[in-house]
Amino acid sequence: MEYLVNYYDKLLGAAAEHLQIVLVSMALSLAAAMILTVLCDMVPLISGVMLGFLSVVYSVPSLAMLAVLIPVTGLGRTTAIIVLIIYNQYLLLRNFLAGLDGVDGGVVEAAAGLGMSPFQILVKIKFPLSKRAMIAGIRIALVSTVSIATIAASINAGGLGTILFDGLRTMNASKILWGSILSALLAILLDWILGVAEKRQKSYSL
Amino acid sequence: MGHAIEFQDVTKTFRGAGRPAADHVDFVVEKGEFITILGSSGCGKTTLLKMVNRLYEPDSGKITLFGTDISTMDVVKVRRGIGYVIQQIGLFPHFTVGENIAVVPKLLKWEKEETDARVEELMNLIGLEPEEYKNRYPAQLSGGQQQRVGLARALAADPKILLMDEPFGAIDSITRMKLQDELVALHGGMGKTILFVTHDIEEALKMGTRVMIMNDGRIVQFDAPENIIRNPADGFVKSLVESAKAKEQFWERFQ
Repeated sequence: MEYLVNYYDKLLGAAAEHLQIVLVSMALSLAAAMILTVLCDMVPLISGVMLGFLSVVYSVPSLAMLAVLIPVTGLGRTTAIIVLIIYNQYLLLRNFLAGLDGVDGGVVEAAAGLGMSPFQILVKIKFPLSKRAMIAGIRIALVSTVSIATIAASINAGGLGTILFDGLRTMNASKILWGSILSALLAILLDWILGVAEKRQKSYSL
Repeated sequence: MGHAIEFQDVTKTFRGAGRPAADHVDFVVEKGEFITILGSSGCGKTTLLKMVNRLYEPDSGKITLFGTDISTMDVVKVRRGIGYVIQQIGLFPHFTVGENIAVVPKLLKWEKEETDARVEELMNLIGLEPEEYKNRYPAQLSGGQQQRVGLARALAADPKILLMDEPFGAIDSITRMKLQDELVALHGGMGKTILFVTHDIEEALKMGTRVMIMNDGRIVQFDAPENIIRNPADGFVKSLVESAKAKEQFWERFQ
């Protein structure tokens, strides 16, 4: 507690930095995942290959991934954000595609039979009907991003990880504690916001 | 113009299937006919239907609609010109009734007033008061009402051909009878060419101006209902007719 009172500005600054890394990574991850999702929907053959590849990438430990990218993009925030985007692709694409798959086959067949193009079916029918599943995927990715972003401090990307790693280096328990607590709180808060958004989506089962 | 629908030596085998779902199928349907296609599950009747709007592509042979080979046309255009109704109905659950009916006019970029007027006209035709039902969602309708909307949606852009794949298959028998009568009456006033797939022989004989009976991917008989009852082409057709008669005897026992 004493640490919190004495260094609250430092803690809040780190939390803000952390939030910024998370939000930028999430925005870019979503854009990339949407493009991949459209691609997989249009060309079903590539979705299996893509998911397989991404799952292998996802299984690489984050420290190793950071190490691999340092020679290419250097130390700092850019590298951290790239790594976060790469990890998110597996979580997002997998959930987005599962959501699209969950749309009632009769509805999709009717849409095709009425003369909607595959792209129209995706945008007008499949996406709106899988919104809930997609938000669920975004929630998972968000929580994972908050936690992996702490590790990004090891390459000078800033954020709550800085405090955590400082604490580890100096064996300072309150730093470790507060770094972890704030990162957990951030994850819970963001997840709760999306949870509310998810519940507000109508479910359209017939 | 040519025949409304013509199949010339059409064959389709699904990958992994032992025998073709459509086996050298040849037939001609004239404008304004109401054709019911009858057969047991797996006989190829749905495959046949779905080749007309190119949800399935034949392996060989030619399909023409009003003289035009559909394989030379843009697939999306072919479908927008054909009404399509399926057993699962497939209404878009996130669209209101009005929006569901307006789907094809919107795809064809009709003026808004024209689309609205058409939606009202069709809702009156299917007996759903526009004021009351237009802004409801499909989940707020009964199964029979949903299928009426499915029919209205298929008719929206006034297609010359209507394809129906067991449209009343999942609807209770009282509503089903009513819908059958309404569809026959509707057909009389519209001059549309209808292909109607069913596995119910009474439905097929009652509704069709001609009945196409399929077995193992081949057409075994294609004739007016009374000719099918009087002169069954083979043992399969005969057993179908007899099964219907046996059912009737069952009811007579209670008279």
